[in-house]
Amino acid sequence: MGSPIKIKVKLKGDVAEVKALMPHPMESGVRVNADTGETVPKHYIKEVICKHNGNVVTTAFWGTAVSKDPYMAFKFKGAKAGDKLEISWLDNTGDTSVSEVDIS
Amino acid sequence: MKLQRRALVQGLLTAAAVLAVPRWLFAARPDKAFEEKTADGVVSDLFNAPVTESDKVTLKIPDIAENGAVVPVTISTDLADVESISVIVENNPTPLAAMFELTPQSIPEVSIRIKMGESSVVRAVVKAGGQLYSASKEVKVTIGGCGG
Repeated sequence: MGSPIKIKVKLKGDVAEVKALMPHPMESGVRVNADTGETVPKHYIKEVICKHNGNVVTTAFWGTAVSKDPYMAFKFKGAKAGDKLEISWLDNTGDTSVSEVDIS
Repeated sequence: MKLQRRALVQGLLTAAAVLAVPRWLFAARPDKAFEEKTADGVVSDLFNAPVTESDKVTLKIPDIAENGAVVPVTISTDLADVESISVIVENNPTPLAAMFELTPQSIPEVSIRIKMGESSVVRAVVKAGGQLYSASKEVKVTIGGCGG
């Protein structure tokens, strides 16, 4: 199980502005460990699914060029206080993380 | 002959059932496009259709990125019926950095931080109403972000 996702949602009218931070090494498979001289294997998030009250609102597909500890922001309409927002990711090793917040 | 047709119909029904499976099953990533070595290869893999430069696509990214390991990008558009937004870094070893699939509930504006190995043209491609639109910008990288 990966680290929990930090999610912040700001409600403006019925528009939810979402910011998410996902602690993850995001190793590109190109970086060389300075101490051992060995190439660090690829370890990166491939997919992120964002759900509003159980319905998918945004899906993100990522490659190795997304920065370490990925930050993403997106917006969707039709939100109100008390709604649920869930974000989950899957990485190339099969590891996952899921976090949920109440929109307020 | 008849049996063959039945098998075909059953096959089609199975395919339809598979398509109806909810998206949370993590299944639709365009893996091949993420392995492509050229920006044109990425576009043809993802869309296989011509892309038009459009001032309706806004690509916000610094002119000069001092640290290529963390380059903030925001893409937004005035276009209607946006289906996806993709970020392509032409000079990265694998240019496709990220692709966002939106829904009718989405407001077409996404932000992400990306790595850039060297100075490069960054391209945002928006699919809206079945058509492809793009915006590009040259970004100068002072310290590359691939070697860490």
